[in-house]
Amino acid sequence: MRAVILASVAAGAILMAAAPGSARAQERRHEVAAPQAWSFAGPLGRFDMAAVQRGYAVYAQVCSACHSLNGMTYGDLTSIGLTDEQVRQIAAGQSVPGGVDAQGAAVMRPATAADHFRQPFASVEAAAAANNGAPPPDQSRLALVYPGGPDRIYALLTGYRPAPPGFVPTNAGAFYNPYAANFEIGMPPPLRDGQVEYADGTTATTAQEARDVTTFLAWAAQPHLAERHRLGVQVTLYLLFLAILAFILKRKVWSDVH
Amino acid sequence: MTDAGSGDVTGGKGEGAAAWLDARLPVVSGFRQEYIDYPTPRNLNGLWNFGAILTVVLLVMLATGIFLAVNYTPTAAGAFASVEAIERQLPSGWLLRSIHVTGASLFLAALYVHLFRGLYYGSYKRPREVLWLTGLLLLVMVMFTAFAGYVLPWGQMSYWGADVAGKAVDAIPGIGPWLEHFLQGGDAPGDVSLHRFFVLHFVLAFAVLGVVVLHVAALHVTGSNNPLGIEPKEPRDTLTFHPYYTSKDAVGLILFALLFAVLVFFLPNLMFEAENFRPANPLHTPADIEPEWYFLPFYGMLQSVPSKFGGLLAAVGSILVLFLVPWLDTSPIRSARFRPVYRVGMVALVASFVLLGLVGRHHAEGGWMIVGRVALAYYFAHFLVLLPLSKRLERGVILPRSISSGLDAGA
Repeated sequence: MRAVILASVAAGAILMAAAPGSARAQERRHEVAAPQAWSFAGPLGRFDMAAVQRGYAVYAQVCSACHSLNGMTYGDLTSIGLTDEQVRQIAAGQSVPGGVDAQGAAVMRPATAADHFRQPFASVEAAAAANNGAPPPDQSRLALVYPGGPDRIYALLTGYRPAPPGFVPTNAGAFYNPYAANFEIGMPPPLRDGQVEYADGTTATTAQEARDVTTFLAWAAQPHLAERHRLGVQVTLYLLFLAILAFILKRKVWSDVH
Repeated sequence: MTDAGSGDVTGGKGEGAAAWLDARLPVVSGFRQEYIDYPTPRNLNGLWNFGAILTVVLLVMLATGIFLAVNYTPTAAGAFASVEAIERQLPSGWLLRSIHVTGASLFLAALYVHLFRGLYYGSYKRPREVLWLTGLLLLVMVMFTAFAGYVLPWGQMSYWGADVAGKAVDAIPGIGPWLEHFLQGGDAPGDVSLHRFFVLHFVLAFAVLGVVVLHVAALHVTGSNNPLGIEPKEPRDTLTFHPYYTSKDAVGLILFALLFAVLVFFLPNLMFEAENFRPANPLHTPADIEPEWYFLPFYGMLQSVPSKFGGLLAAVGSILVLFLVPWLDTSPIRSARFRPVYRVGMVALVASFVLLGLVGRHHAEGGWMIVGRVALAYYFAHFLVLLPLSKRLERGVILPRSISSGLDAGA
C-alpha cells in the first residue's frame, strides 16, 4: 500500500512540475503588482482596524458613488470598531427604498443598521449606462475575486500614469493603467492627495488612501479573518493536546497485544 | 397461574430500566455485541480508520447542513444573497459554512482512500460483495449530493457547473436535448433547477445516512477484512472492538480533525473557489470552468474522449465498472500484498486516476489529451483485462495459515 501512495504522490508531483502553462496564464496582459506588507497577510494575520476605519472613510466618500457593497449591512460596521451610535448615524444619513405610499408612489426612508448598503445605481443597466457601458464591480468580495488580490488593487489605485505614445485604448474613453487588464480601465483615477478627510488626522496622500481602502476592501471580503485565525489557534492547540493524549491511551491499551 | 409465554422475558440479565428495555428491544446488548465485544482482526492498519472517519464527517455535514438550510433561500434571485447573509450576518455562520464546504471536500477525499483501500486489499471479495455494493451506492449518492450542494450558492461556478452538467445530459443521442430540458425545468439552469437541486441535496443527504446503516450492518455480518486478506481462524487473530479499535479510531479521528481545522481556519481559500464569490451571471461565461477537485478525474475522462457522448459513457462507465469488480476478479487471494501482478496494477490504477484528474485540470489540451487517453485506457483495462487474467498470472502463492502466524512471520 505504501508503494501505491508513494507512486501516486510522485507521479502527481512530477506532472505538476512538468505541467505546461495552465489555461489561466492566457489571461489578458497587465504588469504584475509588487507584493505589499499587509497586516492581514499570513496564517496569523489580523486587520489594522485604524486602517480599516480610514479605508471605510475612503469608500464612503469616494468609491460608494459608483461601487456597491451588496453583501454588507450598515450594522456590519460595528465589527471594524464603530459604536452602535456611530453606525446608526451613518445609516440614518443614507436613504434607501422604503416601499410605496398610499398612492403607489415609491418612497425613500432613512436606512437603519439592519439595512444593506445603499446601491449607487437603480439597476445594473443604469450602472452600465452611467459608466461608458461597463458597470462598476460590486466590492463585497472584490479583494478575493479580483485576480492579484489586494496587491493589485493597491497597485491599480496608485498606478495611473500618462499613456505611452501610441497607446490606443480598445474602449473609447478608457484610461491607461499598467496594472489593469490590457493596460486599460474604464474607471477614471479615483484618488488624489487630500481627497478624503480622515477623522484621526492622518495625512491623506494618494498612497495612504489607496493603502487604507485596500485594507478596508480586504476586510469587507473576509470580515471574520481575525476571528477565524484566533479560533483556529485555539482549536488546533486543543486538538494537538487531545491527539497526544489519545495516542498515549492507544499505546497503553495496545501494550498487551504485541 | 402464570403466563410463561408473555411474562418475565428479562431472562435474568439484571434488573432496572436498561434490562427492561433490552428484553424488548435489544439496544443495550446489541450495542455491546456490535461495538464492544465485536471481534475485529488484530492487524488492521491506519487505512481502516477511514470508515469511522466517514461516519463522523457525515454526521458533521448533516448537523451543519440543517442549520445552513434553515437560513438558505432556494431561488435564483435570493440564493446568493442568503449565502452572503449566512457568511456575514448570521452569528458564526461563516464557521458553519466553512465546516460544511471543507467537510464536503474531505468527505470525498476520505471516500476515495476508503475505496482504493477496499480495492487494494480485496475487501470486495466473497463474502463481502454486498458490503462493496452498498459502499459503491454510497459513493454515487455522495457524488450527486456534493454536486447538488455545489450549485446551491448560485455563484458563477455553481451556475456554470450546472450548465456543464446539463450539456453532458444533452450529449445523450436522441433523448438528450429533451432530457436536459426536462431535468433543468428550462433551457438553462434557473429557478426550477435550483429548487430541485436543493431538494435533491437535502433528501440525498439523509438517504446516504440510511444506506450507511445498511453498509455498516453488512460489515457486521461478515466482519472486517484485513491487510493479510485471510479470515480470522483462531481467537488470538482478533481483538474486541473496544477498547482496542475505539482507541485507535480515536487517534485517527483526532488527526483527521486536525487536518480539518487547519483547512477551515488557515487555508479556506483552498476550499472556496474565488470565482464562486461572484453571483451567477448567465450572460458571462467564466474563462475557466472547472469542477471541484474530487470530480476532476471524471472531468478528465469526459474530455479525453473525442465524442461528447463517448466521454459521458467513459465517465459513467468508470463508476459502473466498479460494481462488477467482485465478479471480474476471479483470484481467490484477497490482499494485493500476496498478488505481485495485481499490486503493480493497483499502483498504475491510482496513478491513472490522479493523472486523469490533472488532465481534467488542464482541459485535455495538447499533451494532456494523450496522457488522458492512455490513463483512461489503462483504467478500463485494469478492471476488464487485468482482473480476469490475474488469477492465471499469479501462481504458487502461499498464504499464511492465520493472521497471527502471518504477523509472527513478519508479513
